Amino acid sequence: MADTAIALPGRTARRVRVTTSAVIVVAVGLAVLVVPPLTQLDQQAVDLANKLVPPSLAHPFGTDDVGRDLLLRCVYGLRVSLLVGLVAALTATVVGTAIGALAGALGGWADRIVMRVVDALSSIPHLLLGIFIVAMFRPGVWPVIISVALTHWISTARIVRAEVLSLRSRPFIDAAVSGGASRTRIVVRHLLPGVLPQAGLAAVLMVPHAMWHESALSFLGLGLPAHQASLGNLVQSARGSLLAGDWWPTLFPGLFLIIPTLALAGLAGAWRDRINPRRKSELML
Amino acid sequence: MSRGLPWGPMARMAGRRALFAVPVLGVVTFGVFAVAAASPFDPVKAYAGTAGLTASQENLDQLRANLGVDRPLVARWWDWLTSALQGDFGDSSVMRQPVADVIAERMGWSVLLAATAFLIAILLGTGLGVLAARRPGGWLDRCVSSVAYTLEAAPAFWLGLLAIWFFALKLDVLPAGGLTDAASDVVTFGQVASHLVLPAAVLGVSQLPWFYLYVRQGVADALAEDPVRGARARGLSERTVLLGHALRSGMLPMLTLIGSRVPELITGALLVETVFSWPGIAAATVEAATSVDFCLLAALTVLATAAVLLGNLLSDLLYGLADPRVAFDG
Repeated sequence: MADTAIALPGRTARRVRVTTSAVIVVAVGLAVLVVPPLTQLDQQAVDLANKLVPPSLAHPFGTDDVGRDLLLRCVYGLRVSLLVGLVAALTATVVGTAIGALAGALGGWADRIVMRVVDALSSIPHLLLGIFIVAMFRPGVWPVIISVALTHWISTARIVRAEVLSLRSRPFIDAAVSGGASRTRIVVRHLLPGVLPQAGLAAVLMVPHAMWHESALSFLGLGLPAHQASLGNLVQSARGSLLAGDWWPTLFPGLFLIIPTLALAGLAGAWRDRINPRRKSELML
Repeated sequence: MSRGLPWGPMARMAGRRALFAVPVLGVVTFGVFAVAAASPFDPVKAYAGTAGLTASQENLDQLRANLGVDRPLVARWWDWLTSALQGDFGDSSVMRQPVADVIAERMGWSVLLAATAFLIAILLGTGLGVLAARRPGGWLDRCVSSVAYTLEAAPAFWLGLLAIWFFALKLDVLPAGGLTDAASDVVTFGQVASHLVLPAAVLGVSQLPWFYLYVRQGVADALAEDPVRGARARGLSERTVLLGHALRSGMLPMLTLIGSRVPELITGALLVETVFSWPGIAAATVEAATSVDFCLLAALTVLATAAVLLGNLLSDLLYGLADPRVAFDG
């Protein structure tokens, strides 16, 4: 058995991991929701007397090249990244679920055409397609969200279609059909509820992926405008300071991207183990 | 394999895939044109550049007519496709030379970088994977696996920047970017080799988690199977069991799936080549996007798609070769 080969971490270890992940996710949520309205601090406040101060008690993450506090900049950047990631992941999940469910439920030619388009789209590397879309529509918040959503609905559509196909052959669907239920009723009452856990899981796993894409686009100068700085913008604007030897403006925004990603993946992994116990959790980036 | 390779089935599979690739590439190229047509991108302004700001309306209209911008989408796409098939992808506005020349000049550097990075990822991933699989759940396994998950979540551009800070600025042992030193205008082997180390290592490390996790799982699974139990029962040394039996069957799935890693490799190269100013086609893609160079961008998107399809074919062929139970009928 494969399961005995890799010894699963004990129950305690797993519980610790899930708890840590949950604490981090809650902390991140509170930080991005509560800090900006409560503290009333200006993240854009320029302080040229205190530029590029290394991490200290007054500035735990140090300051950037015009003296802005990096902790505050990171919290605001995470807020922007998280918002873009959430909207993009939600859009991609809705589109993917609708298309996947339709293809699976209709079958035949509709299914074949959809799957060919899915094959063609998934043959283009996501970031490259994203770069192309953003380049054509000029950088901005909506082109970024659309480009991430357009490249990410494919995996959800595949998962949902496979789930619908496996549900279709179950006896309770046959029972509903012979009971005279309409096609719409079968999709809404019997197929969608069965598919939603998988689609929800895909959506949660997609948030960090979408944040990662947004950061990469912003880093390449093809993402969000500078006045809506995301974590990717922060790393990009820190390049000058880095080449002058100051590491903190680069290090912290990256950590702010990695730690929530790991926490979200930890939670999603636990969820997947619960709804699908045989598959082991892994980070799907 | 004493029977020789199954050339016939393999060739038939390659042929079927080539037939499948034609509509996929057709859809992708058409999609590229459709996105450009739906966007606010104006080929006339892009072509005229800064001169377009001062040009008269008649001149712009003349240019519009010459470029054939107002013709239907399908006609423009078909024109591009037929000349592309003859090797003419148009002119790159940002590089000021034909797109085909840009690709030919830069392709070699990208292949060199990608191949070196793959080699690093495979060697390091296999070594660490075998060590971790010996004692699943042990301290080595836990440490390396945690690092692997963290690396998987870390953006390659961020890793690259930190590597520049540490190795080029702090230790001052490796150059921070480019292909050669700024002072030198000839490309020598030593120069390229020293400039290759950092980008290839960062790209390799960013690909490492997948290779490591695959080998670790494969070897750990193989260690629990009958052939290994049999080898142990015959009294073979642990070293022979691990490297001769478990590694051979555990590495196979990873090696056969290398071809399917092309998309991740391209994604990584886009970021790493930009960070290190490596003169490859991935860095050119980003430059083309920044200055909205449609001809170059379209050609590179199609090229990347073709590379992904080729990678998938390679991986399926290898899989069929490695595992005779899998037929070449995909």
